[in-house]
Amino acid sequence: MEKRVVFRSSWLPWALLAPQVTVIAVFFFWPAGQAILQSVQQSDPFGTSVEWVGLENFRNLWNDPTYLASFYTTALFSVLVAGLGISISLVLAVFADRIVKGALVYKTLLIWPYAVAPAVAGVLWLFMLAPSVGVVSYWLRVLGVDWDPLLNGRHAMTMVVAAAVWKQISYNFLFFLAGLQSVPKSLIEAAAIDGARPWRRFWTIVFPLLSPTTFFLLVINIVYAFFDTFGIIDAATEGGPGKDTSILVYKVYYDGIKAMDLGSSAAQSVVLMVIVIALTVVQFRYVEKKVNY
Amino acid sequence: MKIKFAMVACAAAVSVSAFAQTEIQWWHSMTSVNGEVVNDLAKNFNATQSAYKIVPTFKGNYTESFTAAVAAFRAGNAPHILQVFEVGTATMMASKGVTVPVGKIMKESGVKFDPSAYVSAVAGYYTAPNGEMLSFPFNSSTTVFYFNKDAFKAAGIATDKAPSTWPEVALAAAKLKATGHKCPLSIAWQGWTQLESFSAWHNVEFATKGNGMQGMDARMKVNSPLHVRHIENLANMAKQGLFVYKGRSNVPEASFISGECAMMTTSTGFYGNVKANAKFDWGLAPLPYYPDVPGAPQNTVIGGASLWVMAGKKADEYKGIAQFFNYLSQPDIQAATHQRTGYLPITTAAFQLTEKSGFYQKNPGTDVGVNQMIRKTTDKSRGIRLGNYVQIRTIEDEELEQVWNGKKTAKEALDSIVQRGNDLLERFEKANKS
Repeated sequence: MEKRVVFRSSWLPWALLAPQVTVIAVFFFWPAGQAILQSVQQSDPFGTSVEWVGLENFRNLWNDPTYLASFYTTALFSVLVAGLGISISLVLAVFADRIVKGALVYKTLLIWPYAVAPAVAGVLWLFMLAPSVGVVSYWLRVLGVDWDPLLNGRHAMTMVVAAAVWKQISYNFLFFLAGLQSVPKSLIEAAAIDGARPWRRFWTIVFPLLSPTTFFLLVINIVYAFFDTFGIIDAATEGGPGKDTSILVYKVYYDGIKAMDLGSSAAQSVVLMVIVIALTVVQFRYVEKKVNY
Repeated sequence: MKIKFAMVACAAAVSVSAFAQTEIQWWHSMTSVNGEVVNDLAKNFNATQSAYKIVPTFKGNYTESFTAAVAAFRAGNAPHILQVFEVGTATMMASKGVTVPVGKIMKESGVKFDPSAYVSAVAGYYTAPNGEMLSFPFNSSTTVFYFNKDAFKAAGIATDKAPSTWPEVALAAAKLKATGHKCPLSIAWQGWTQLESFSAWHNVEFATKGNGMQGMDARMKVNSPLHVRHIENLANMAKQGLFVYKGRSNVPEASFISGECAMMTTSTGFYGNVKANAKFDWGLAPLPYYPDVPGAPQNTVIGGASLWVMAGKKADEYKGIAQFFNYLSQPDIQAATHQRTGYLPITTAAFQLTEKSGFYQKNPGTDVGVNQMIRKTTDKSRGIRLGNYVQIRTIEDEELEQVWNGKKTAKEALDSIVQRGNDLLERFEKANKS
């Protein structure tokens, strides 16, 4: 029989929900509503002349080949950031989980980067990889690589992906470590007694048990790559060379904050919102089926 | 309790009337030496009188302070004076009811104000087509050419005269390269120096309608044969390693200071930095040009920023602003600011005063920018004032980068700048027609 707990009071459940609903309304629904409103308007930066333009902001975007090209850049960037971020932190978590001595030190060091602001992360990697002064670019030159993120789009992409992944590894690492620690030791021992090698034990027991964590991190990392990385891009490449690292959210930031083109910026953030909602629905619909809770 | 509160309120009111000083907020973006100059100007003005108090506040770089001012204006507490960079000029002009023309404030406050005292290439930029001065020119810079004399000597190039034409620059770069120099030439502010100032310097249009100065229906013209020729030329130099790209805006400047790059085109505002930090003998010269182009060299265009007065303030506050601007225009104040910062003098009197003092002889090169600007301007060279200019600058960066890395030819990139720029100009015209 299903066990159900029912509130007798008619107002108490609402009262208990109210704080959370208020937070979501103020910090999500209200700004999202504003974005939709502004996306059908064109105004000067100061908002003194506001004109209704219907879908013109969206039409302008569609007619801009560089905007369409940045979908590809965004897809590439997100796949690289989410893929590398998740796999590297999984490897690190597995290793950290095995360590007996000094585990706290390793864990603290791995979690550290999460406290760094995105723009700082961008500048940090920029300094290491800058063609003239960077330490890493000096090593690369010694190795015979003609490193030039200022003009080579692939090098620039490598740089921003590295910064974005590095920044997110800590977060992923924490969740994987927690996930690993909740895998029952008895299962692993039983498999070991049955003669399964570590590699096999990992793929047949540990990884499936980690799948809810991995799925959660996939959603979070995609959202992170889509929304939270403009600071890194702005500090490291400003979207260049050309538009080779100009992902969708960077253009939203640039047009809205730097160029004060609020109508277009709002229209772009609406497009971005639709994409992320669609992606999340797809992930929950199809990827989640492969998840064992 | 109530009585006590009333007493405190009374005391507060009395103390306010005792120091009936009108505060005037001034938001600016000046750092280091230039930031000190701003604070000194406010302090000295406050000391000359007691009715008004100028309060300067640093609000981040030009883009940041502009964004902050927009937010403050929308919230109803904008500063009185806002420093806006030159690419924001058209936006400020088009935003109706946001600012008050400086000419109007001066007239209504009864302060003697003669627009013709200002250097025309500077003041003209901030003047409406009807002749009214809209904003107060504060820090104006222009594009010049810096070269490393030690590197020139090492390559066996004469240093008494800088290369003055682009063929001479290419020749010098080839000699530097031949003696093992890794970065003969680099370019800062590529759009501003190689397209915008380049156009005015050769007396060719950057955009129609007097480069946007005469109306919002201006369209881009940077794919002319001369522009294509110049960008092709630079692309070839890039291919041969004579020109090395070092990034957008003023980022490349560091590579001149470090001695890595031997020649550089950038702002006059770079002067103070080179003077303080370069550990080699260097020179400052006019921007190179093509000698076969008729009318070249004409004059270069200005950069830097001006002071805008925001609307919706009290009449008394505007009077204070007028007095402050009047103070800033005095030749001795102007001359001192010019000599400290390297920015251009904004009045002819200030220039003459500086010249008479022997400053230019003692500091060779400081007059290069001034001489490039104090000339009779043409409709093609007066200045460039376009809507959505911030985005157009970025488009210039994006497209030129694709020339330097060989993805596009000069013609393709310049055509693309024209097309993408025109889209923005059309939108600006549409959004601001009234």
